[in-house]
Order: sequence, then C-alpha cells, then structure tokens
Amino acid sequence: MTTMATPTQSSPDAQVLNYNPKSESAGAKRAKSTIFHVVALALTAVVLYPGLWMIASAFKPNAEIGGANTSLWSNNFSFDNFVTAMEGIGGVSTLQFFTNSLVLALGAVVGTILSASVSAYAFARIKFPGRSIFFGMMIATLLLPFHVVIIPQYIVFQQLGLVDTYVPLLIGKFLAADAFFVFLMVQFMRNLPGELDEAARIDGAGHVRIFTSIMLPLMKPALISTSIFSFIWSWNDFLGPLLYLNTPEKYPLPLALRLFVDQTQSSDYGAMIAMSVLALLPVLIFFLVFQRYIVEGVSTQGLKG
Amino acid sequence: MTQSPTLSRRSTQSTSPLPRKSRQQGVDARAGYTFLLPWLLGFIALTVGPMISSLYLSFTNYNLFDPPKWIGLDNYTSLFQDERFLQSVGVTVSYVVFGTPLKLAAALAVAMLLNSKRRGQGFYRSAFYAPSLIGASVSIAIVWKAMFGDSGPVDQGLSFFGINLGGWVGNPGMTMPMFILLTVWQFGAPMVIFLAGLKQIPADLYEAASMDGAGPVRKFFNITWPMLSPVIFFNLLMETIHAFQIFNSAYIISNGEGGPAGSTLFYTLYLYLRGFSDFRMGYASAMAWLLLIVVGILTLIIFRTSKSWVHYSGDAK
Repeated sequence: MTTMATPTQSSPDAQVLNYNPKSESAGAKRAKSTIFHVVALALTAVVLYPGLWMIASAFKPNAEIGGANTSLWSNNFSFDNFVTAMEGIGGVSTLQFFTNSLVLALGAVVGTILSASVSAYAFARIKFPGRSIFFGMMIATLLLPFHVVIIPQYIVFQQLGLVDTYVPLLIGKFLAADAFFVFLMVQFMRNLPGELDEAARIDGAGHVRIFTSIMLPLMKPALISTSIFSFIWSWNDFLGPLLYLNTPEKYPLPLALRLFVDQTQSSDYGAMIAMSVLALLPVLIFFLVFQRYIVEGVSTQGLKG
Repeated sequence: MTQSPTLSRRSTQSTSPLPRKSRQQGVDARAGYTFLLPWLLGFIALTVGPMISSLYLSFTNYNLFDPPKWIGLDNYTSLFQDERFLQSVGVTVSYVVFGTPLKLAAALAVAMLLNSKRRGQGFYRSAFYAPSLIGASVSIAIVWKAMFGDSGPVDQGLSFFGINLGGWVGNPGMTMPMFILLTVWQFGAPMVIFLAGLKQIPADLYEAASMDGAGPVRKFFNITWPMLSPVIFFNLLMETIHAFQIFNSAYIISNGEGGPAGSTLFYTLYLYLRGFSDFRMGYASAMAWLLLIVVGILTLIIFRTSKSWVHYSGDAK
C-alpha cells in the first residue's frame, strides 16, 4: 500500500518533525519533550476513559452507575455484578454463550487460514490464464458493501434448512470470503524470493510440496495476523448471528448481550456492563498479548480494526 | 501434481523448448484453479450469485413465503417517496460527511504528534489503537449508551463546566454528535497507517526545508501532505466505505428502532428492518443495490480526483 520507494533515513535524530538539531539547546529539547508527554498522556486519558469507566462500573453497585458517576473509584467495589452476569439469560448460562462464541471464532480461524492461504498461493505463485482478472475481482469484493448479498444468502440458507445453525456463519470462512485475508497473504507471498520456488522445482517438487513445505512455514507472520484478526472479528460479529440464530442456546456473546439488554431493560445496569466486560475480555487479553503483531499488522497491511 | 524430472529441470522458461513450456503451462493452469477453488467457489456462491439474485429481487415484491412477483422499477420509485428512507439517507450522509473527515484529521494530527524518536511512542500507539479493535462491538455500544445516557457521566462532566446540552441518547438533536464521537474515538486504525506512512518520508526533505527557512505550516503543505497523499487516499477510501455500513452500534443504541425520532435510523439499519422485520425482501434488495451504486460512484470519484492530489514519487511503480 505504501508506494513511496524513495530511500529513507539519513541522520537518526533528523527524523523528528520541525526540529533542527543545530539551533536548539538541551533545555529547549527537554521542554519540548515534556510538552509532548503532557499532551500525549492527556490524550491517552481521554481515549482510555470509556474503557476504564466500563471496567470500574462493572465492579460498582447499581446505585453508583445509574446516578451519573463520572468517577472511576468507588468504596463499594464488589464482584456482585459478575455473579449476576454469569448466571446468563433466558435459562442459558453465560458459560454456554462463551463456548458458542469460542466455537464460532475457532471455526473462523481454521477456515480462514486453510482457504485464504491456499487461494493466496494460487494468486501469488502460480501463473494461469485468468489470474489477473480474478485478482481484480477479489480486490473489488474488498470494497463491496456486505448488504448486497445478505438477503439472497439468507433466502438460500433458509431454503436449505440451515437457518439457526452455524453453517451460514462459518461456510464463508472456509471459502475465503474475507478477501482481506487473501489479499494480505498474497502481498506477503509476493515479497518472498522467487528463487525458492525455482530451486524446489528443479528438485522435482510440485505445487503441493512447494506450498506446504516452503510457503507455509515462511508465511508464519501473515498466518498469525490472520488468526488474530479473524478471531477478533468473529468474536465481535453481531449482524451474522442476529440474522441466522434463533435459539438462545446457540447464541454467541454479542447476541446474548442484546438479549440481556432487552430483557433487563436497563434495570440492572451493573450486570449489563459486567457482561459487556466479560464479552470483551478475550479481545482485550488478545490485544495485550499480541499488541505488537496487531499494530504492526495494521501498519503494514492497512487492516481495519 | 508430480512432475517428471526432465520437465522440472528447466531453469528459465525462455530457453526451454516449446512442448515442455506448454506442458508446464498446463500443469500450472490446473494447479492454479485447484488452489484457487475455495475462493472461486465462495466468490460464485456467496458473492456473484447472491448479487445477481438480489438485483433480480430488487425488481420484485418478495416476502420470503410467496414466490417473488415482478413489479419492475416500483421498489426504486417508491424508495424516493418513502420518508423513512429519505431520513435514513440523511442520517447516513451526515454521519459520513462529518464523521470521516474528523476521524481522519484526528488520526493525522495524532500520528504527526507521535512521529518522533521520543520514548513511549510504542505505548501511546497501542493505547490509541485499542478503541479501533473494540469500537464496533456490542459491549462498547452498551457502554456508549450508558455514558451518554440522560444525566450519564458525560452529561455530568459537561455540566461541571456549566455546559448543558439536554442529554444525548434521548435527544434527537444530539444523537448524531454522539455517533460521530464514537467513530472519532476509533481514530487509532488510520493513525497507525498514517504513522507508517510518515516514517517513509525522507528526513532530509524536512532538513532542507528548515535550511530554506520554511515553518511548520509550509513544511506540512509542501512536504507532509504530498508525500503522504497515497496513504491519505487509502484511508479516505476505506473509512468512507466503512462509514456507510455502520450497523452494530446503531442497532444497540437505538434498541433496533432507529429512534429517537428516527435520528439514528442509519441506512443499513433501515435496510435490515425492511428486510428482516417487515419481510419486504424486494424493497430491501433495492436499497442494497442503491447503496452499492452510491458506494461505487463515490469510489470512482475518489479514484478519479486522486489523480490531481495524490502524488506517487517518481521511482515508485
């Protein structure tokens, strides 16, 4: 995506914007650095406030949330809201919703990894008639509003009797329907040296061998970012489950949350927010653990969050 | 997919005799389509097929139970007499027009702030990115609704400064700013991409400009903006397309109704309600195709105008 091929880097500290090393004293430098940190920290506080407010509220008694409390602190912190939240809704325990979300997310990861890597190999490494046309179409689907296809898809799945199963939610993952991941892997594979395939061919390896023993191991970073993002996207997906699932026993967390909101009608704010925290927990843990991969993945591949 | 040793021993295609070359091409063609099969199947069954059938359905009356009835352009013409539809267009357009530029401006400003060798850059970058990862989730929509609720923490915080806006969630005049704040809050994803772009700008350009006495404003307009324009273009395109498709937060915050007074009736929410609550599948398909056409035209405009403001450096491909 970055098209500026001009060589970068001269002297390291000249990178700093608007900063001329010759004309500044050490004092001015320190002052600038202080201002930078003050501004950046203030911004951090604003950006993180909603998240912190959510976590703090999950531990607060109802009376302290509903009554407009801006403070992040309370003298009455407790786990009560989580106890209520774990009981679940509609006779289904929250643990069941967790399991459902997990099944869907892991299915999405497995399906995406398998289908996207195979298809990307075809685009990146095999010359065949029609390749560039299909590649163009794949790119076009990146920009396609999802809503153009949901109605006919729903009709087909309904006629096949597959509504209220996980099939409509997972089949696209096994058919590389998330073009973003195919694109990401194509870009990655194109940057691997072509001599690798040539050498393998000379040794008599076919495409299957080249793909499994050369490409896949080298593609690890792309496979990891794909796994992380397909997990998180599936975990947060709401529209898909909303369209296709009817029985609460099959609900993943986002849908369960909506049910919870509907049924409690804001009477139990604390439990509602506690459940929101629980629903985000895996994503937050993922983020803390894989921060580097996630942010690097975004900056090099332009992945959407 | 095994190949005979003689066949694969050729090292360059140009020197290999014709029969071998064409045989290799045959192998490649077969292998190519075999490897492409998952995507190709998905493309036909989940994208092209549904697109064609939704185009057909958009000219029919279809409620999912009775066979579709051909009504020509009726769905399209009645769209423009449907007040709720026109309202949903207005809501969505104002969201895209105000939300996207604000979000990108915030992203660019913060990226420029962070583009330095100072310590803590990695921390700030991660902290600012976090909302992008969770912003579209149901959990955050619930939190947003609670925070912006009548006399919620945001209202309270503002009244501390003597500002009284009359609530957000329940006030039709304030729901749009609330949604715009939600999208601006997720400035992290485009920011990270801007930051990667800024790091590619050669530092000697800024040095030379400083020597010539250029101030920060001139440097921004004469160096940063043109050098960054391909990245700005990419972010603008992606964010615009995404903004048109906002659904989750609209659905949760308005309880799936688009209220109060239709002020949160986003296009996709109305499409969903038409299709899956009223079972007017033909009507909803017409809406979907109209959205596709509008997004397509917008993409084209962004691409076309990009020729005049996006600069690719000479030695790039």
